Amino acid sequence: MKTNKNICGGLYTKKVLETFKNPHNYGKIKNASGIGKVGNIVCGDVMWLYIKVGNPPAGGKKGEEIIKDIKFETFGCVAAISTSSIITDLVKGKTIKEALKITKDNVIESLDGLPKIKYHCSVLAVDALVEAIHDYYKRNPSAGSGQGIPADLKKRHKIIKKSKDIIDKRYEKWTK
Amino acid sequence: MKRIYLDYAATTPVDPRVVKAMLPYFSENFGNTMSLHSFGQDAKLVLEQSRETVANLIGAEPNEIIFTSSATESNNQALKGIALSERSESKGKDEKNHIIISSIEHPCIIESAKWLEKCGCLPDGRGFKITKLPVDKYGLVSLKDLESAITDKTILVSIIHASNEIGTIEPIAEIGEMIKKINLSRLSNTQHPTPKIYFHTDASQSFGKIAIDVKKMNIDLLTASSHKIYGPKGAGLLYVRNGLKIEPLLHGGGQENGLRSSTVNIAAIVGFAKAVEICQKEMKKENKKLEKLRDKLIKGVLKIKGSHLNGHPKNRLANIINIWFSFIEGESLVIQLDLHGIACSTGSACSSVKLEPSPILLAIGLKPQEAHGSLRISLGRQTTEKDINYLLKILPKIVKKIREISPFK
Repeated sequence: MKTNKNICGGLYTKKVLETFKNPHNYGKIKNASGIGKVGNIVCGDVMWLYIKVGNPPAGGKKGEEIIKDIKFETFGCVAAISTSSIITDLVKGKTIKEALKITKDNVIESLDGLPKIKYHCSVLAVDALVEAIHDYYKRNPSAGSGQGIPADLKKRHKIIKKSKDIIDKRYEKWTK
Repeated sequence: MKRIYLDYAATTPVDPRVVKAMLPYFSENFGNTMSLHSFGQDAKLVLEQSRETVANLIGAEPNEIIFTSSATESNNQALKGIALSERSESKGKDEKNHIIISSIEHPCIIESAKWLEKCGCLPDGRGFKITKLPVDKYGLVSLKDLESAITDKTILVSIIHASNEIGTIEPIAEIGEMIKKINLSRLSNTQHPTPKIYFHTDASQSFGKIAIDVKKMNIDLLTASSHKIYGPKGAGLLYVRNGLKIEPLLHGGGQENGLRSSTVNIAAIVGFAKAVEICQKEMKKENKKLEKLRDKLIKGVLKIKGSHLNGHPKNRLANIINIWFSFIEGESLVIQLDLHGIACSTGSACSSVKLEPSPILLAIGLKPQEAHGSLRISLGRQTTEKDINYLLKILPKIVKKIREISPFK
């Protein structure tokens, strides 16, 4: 993995700062096909990801729906905003299947590296994507092959939800 | 791109007059103050002149000043040095001796106190009881709270003079007066002897900026730093009132009256003294200028929707402003400003360790998410009205942009 390349001020890479300065695809999508909401404001990072799913490409099979549009709304540090922006770039135009293959390392690499203490922001971005796709499946029983939410996606959603619930509970007194 | 420095509370550039004063003490007058020959004695002479200069600023005697390497060292020396000095009259059977600090101290006070709290290796192996006084929404310590926190076992009270994060100035003279009265009544109580309470203040941010008279304010120990007042880094001082018992932390050649062994960093101390001399001359004029700029800045920033001033509206340093913005994360704000050439800092510790917003901002009652959105702007000698105008032009745009990206508006 490429890390610590083009470090500016010792903390962030040039790519992170450029992405932060001019983030892509921020805002809402009206009538989104799915929305993923992760993070907690008390921790200082909240990420919402909107996806618009379109028909499979000509000749494509069912289950190859394309993420035609993706937008984010993020409250958070430089790393949170950069990872949000970069994941929208990585995902836009990909099939759902391809999108689900994106890892936190892909996010970190695309930014030419992140400080270690900010790795969780890359996790947050991937989690937001998983949640948005899960939400799409939940809303559309006929999504994918029409056989409900894939087991792997279900499992990932469960893990994300569990840790979110723990954090939300921990900081309840501040967010009420 | 034009760069504007508005982080003078973090550190200041060395004044060119200070650099000039320091230069001869690197390669020409480089002697060791402990040497008997003329090289050493020349250095010794200038060390004592420097001591007189800094003592003069706070109404102390020259022999009450210990030069140190930093405010952190001075604060460690004050807390640990007092705690470790075995004061036999304070030896009770079971109870721990007691130290009071405020909840808005600098980490070097908080961490020193924590260390003493858990430390079992001290003279009587009992460690210390630490009380952290709360503050009100402006960051002020209350005399009433302090009075009721004091017990027979209290040996030291340490309250910061002016907050490094929010700029609030604490009622140090009033606290000094109160402790003096308590000490007098302790002295007259011959049947139940109790130790004298020592009063320490960390004046790192106020020294050289507002008037301090250690005698009138009844201060027993005071910490100050050189690099906050346009002197070099690597020099600080601890004022220790004559007759007070304190243990050294550094043992060796017995420099600084046996209280701080180490070869004296003469160039840095000469620079520190020169910086003090300049402050003494220019303090009034400089404060007037800074107050004007500060008030303009506060007024301008508060026009931004969802912005709130942290700290006391009146009892504050002329150079520190702290604002929190709703639905803004501080690190994003600081880096955006930096990308526009403006250097400030965040009140949030988010950039280093997640989930831990500034304890000072939490102490004045902010929620963590509010503390995350805090910005500290600190002005100084080179700040101009043009700089303030530029910041006031850029800041609203940046806040708007960050909020545009955020799900909360």
